[in-house]
Amino acid sequence: MSSADFLLRNVLTADQVRVDIEVVAGTISRIGGELTSPFPVVEGNQNLVLPGLVDLHTHLREPGKESSETVLSGSQAAVKGGYLALSAMANTSPVADTAGVVEQVARLGRDAGLCDVFPIGAVTVGLKGESLAELAAMAHSAAKVRIFSDDGNCVSDPLLMRRALEYVKSFGGVIAQHAQEPKLTSGAQMNEGVVSSRLGLKGWPAVAEESIIARDILMAQYVGSRLHICHLTTKGGVELVRWAKSQGMAVTAEVTPHHLLLTDELANSFDPVYKVNPPLRTQADVSALRAGLADGTIDIVATDHAPHPSEEKDCEWSAAAFGMVGLETALSVVVETMIDTGLMEWEKLVDRMSLAPAAIGGYEDHGAIAVGRPANFVVVNPKERWTVDRRTLQSKSSNTPFDGRSLPAKVVHAFYRGVQVLNDGQLTGSKYE
Amino acid sequence: MKRAHLLSTQELTRADALEILDTARQLSRATDGAIRKLPTLRGRTVVNLFFEDSTRTRLSFEAAAKRLSADVINFSAKGSSVSKGESLKDTAQTLEAMGGELMIIRHSASGAAQRLAESGWVKSHIVNAGDGMHEHPTQALLDAFTIRSHFPEFDRDFTGLRIGIVGDILHSRVARSNAQLLTLLGADVVLIAPPTLLPIGVDTWPVKISYDLDSEISSLDAIMALRVQSERMNDAFFPSEREYAREYGLAGSRLRALKKNAIIMHPGPMNRGLEISAEGADSKQSVILEQVANGVLVRMAVLYLLMGGAPIPTEGVLV
Amino acid sequence: MSVVLEQSEIERSLKRIAHEIIERNHGLDSVILMGIPTRGVTLAQRIGEFLRNIEKPVPVGTLDITMFRDDLRLRPPRALAKTEIPAEGIEGRDLILVDDVLFSGRTIRAALDAIGELGRPRSVQLAVLIDRGHRQLPIRADFVGKNIPTNARENVRVQLLEVDGLDQVEVGI
Repeated sequence: MSSADFLLRNVLTADQVRVDIEVVAGTISRIGGELTSPFPVVEGNQNLVLPGLVDLHTHLREPGKESSETVLSGSQAAVKGGYLALSAMANTSPVADTAGVVEQVARLGRDAGLCDVFPIGAVTVGLKGESLAELAAMAHSAAKVRIFSDDGNCVSDPLLMRRALEYVKSFGGVIAQHAQEPKLTSGAQMNEGVVSSRLGLKGWPAVAEESIIARDILMAQYVGSRLHICHLTTKGGVELVRWAKSQGMAVTAEVTPHHLLLTDELANSFDPVYKVNPPLRTQADVSALRAGLADGTIDIVATDHAPHPSEEKDCEWSAAAFGMVGLETALSVVVETMIDTGLMEWEKLVDRMSLAPAAIGGYEDHGAIAVGRPANFVVVNPKERWTVDRRTLQSKSSNTPFDGRSLPAKVVHAFYRGVQVLNDGQLTGSKYE
Repeated sequence: MKRAHLLSTQELTRADALEILDTARQLSRATDGAIRKLPTLRGRTVVNLFFEDSTRTRLSFEAAAKRLSADVINFSAKGSSVSKGESLKDTAQTLEAMGGELMIIRHSASGAAQRLAESGWVKSHIVNAGDGMHEHPTQALLDAFTIRSHFPEFDRDFTGLRIGIVGDILHSRVARSNAQLLTLLGADVVLIAPPTLLPIGVDTWPVKISYDLDSEISSLDAIMALRVQSERMNDAFFPSEREYAREYGLAGSRLRALKKNAIIMHPGPMNRGLEISAEGADSKQSVILEQVANGVLVRMAVLYLLMGGAPIPTEGVLV
Repeated sequence: MSVVLEQSEIERSLKRIAHEIIERNHGLDSVILMGIPTRGVTLAQRIGEFLRNIEKPVPVGTLDITMFRDDLRLRPPRALAKTEIPAEGIEGRDLILVDDVLFSGRTIRAALDAIGELGRPRSVQLAVLIDRGHRQLPIRADFVGKNIPTNARENVRVQLLEVDGLDQVEVGI
């Protein structure tokens, strides 16, 4: 890996200003038009420079399911997709519910050395929803966990949720809730609606998501705590969050790229590559999610990158695992759905995919390109289209719903703490060449 | 009918459906005349791939295949540890390696037949013999065949026939397939059930919905009672069997409210005393045993039309 | 295509066949006609009509042999036609198969297989309007309306009033 000081020349910021950026010792030393610098030049070719993307919702599968993904392979996929900070979900094996496991994940991230890997701690022991995990121990560990989530499971017990919301206040933590009322979704396979009625797949009502969101925003307000809602998928959910924000409640919400683009009509193929939790919804929901992301009701895009081995998808729908990989396609899907449609400018995309998630997670080294800050940025060619090929994904798993789809925007270079980790779309460094 | 597979009634055109029904009728005339066995599929191998226990359907398909002189391999997952999806792929590939050319699949997963046909796992023709709560196309075809034989004036067009399907629509592949096929043939279909047993989204189906059997029964030309699974009661779909039988059971005065030429149907197996009384099941208007006999004919027709002619590439469905 | 048989010749041929059937079977007591769809059925009905006029009515049925063909896999599935066995049955009868054109003999082989499944007639005889040669099986007709030498690439088109709106037989490419 090249770690020398350098000058990135001739790039456009998100607000379309042409700049050069000088990096010395991993830190941005100067930003300006037409800089002269003694250091080697990296030519930016008038591409966009964006702060490295920040994902608050990544399943890295290590420890436990290293055949699907590891912290290293997930980091590689992240860099290819323009991400320089990941948040590793707790549903590993063993579950990340102790200081020991979160420290192990953080260490694996440092060893990979391609981007920051921030572990998320489980809210309850073993994700079982029965008793609180040692949240403070994880917060005070070397991993400095701030986000806690039972993602995959909902913290459905209202009393336990209340306690968790209250408890994390002492160290500025946030609970990221997977909103899914379990009884209303027992055995559910896809969105409940017109398509499920015809396919005879057990339905997953929108209200199962919305009822938990409604409960939790009220409860978070009541106990004076912060709440983050994972992967919003319904129109009603967007409206609830909009209302909560209008009341000044401390709630943030995320949407995944796939929920911004895909609908439950895809289940007509019975191909489980479209099976995901929460499920793909209707076109009306997709429109509401896009509008919510554009107007700031939804704060961030998060990938919910969920790798699965082929045997868990190469089967009938009901036997298949839930989830899609997303790190390498997220930026392109957001450009396709939000920029190319005219719903958002690039500055807003930077906010939703870098600045806002960094703020929610407390990731101070991320989210902005400014003098004196760590050089965590990426260069993106917004015009280049590319075709997703599941066989050439960097992730160890290939369960992408976008296989064969042509998408805009290609990540060209990535610099992590001043080190170029991606050069012309290729991972760099002897380890990866 | 240039088709490689029969996966659902959704994919059938009206012409396809009539072709299957016409073929079954000609087969019925041929076999009435004491031809017990046709040599049509001699030397060809048909696989019964049953991941769900259904002796009747399996025997019906087996009888159909054997009357066409096909060899039949039976696979039954009953009691085995088959539960993971991988097994469907592996099992199908194994049976194809044994010479299977057409697979009749019964599976608890909705979409299993379509998945088998479209995943590229096997090259065989696929016939859906019931997939989860999705479809059971040969059942709908045999029901249409039965209705047709009782209403000859509606031979090629069911417009004007009113057919009621009563009971657990939500979980019923028979109801889904029949609602689609009978509507395609022109009939007015009325689904009669408590709201808990109707799927969200049913309002977009091309059918009428009713919660009240008594207000519908006298207008029906055919009434189809669906089996009530006892486990539904535990999930609070209805309060008790007694209440269900009282509200939706085909019994007593309801039998007398039926038109004199209306027919009583049931896909079997019946819960006598629950969705249908013994009196209803055994009445002169009941055609339940005819349905069973017609099942063999319709399945013969399907097997003949799918594999009797020149080989059709099985990748996708040709039109 | 050129016309090889006109209406009057078709009529004459069928009438002659009717006489030959009576002669060959010493009367009609045990005779039953089975036409092979589509035009064999029409021909069987016409022969039956002649027999009724000449001597007495005989049972006329139809026999669809599609499911017994050995060349099913060469073409898309064919629609099935009617099979109607007369109420008298075929057991112990002199069964006369009727078809329009005798060519390779494969249709007749299939018909013999079908008859074998139906029962055991005392004899099976074959009546055809046209014998065009080129047999691929050891089969011959007992009653022939007209022998027409053809080459194998030529088509023989039989049209009958009841089906096609006119009576005529043509040969050509």
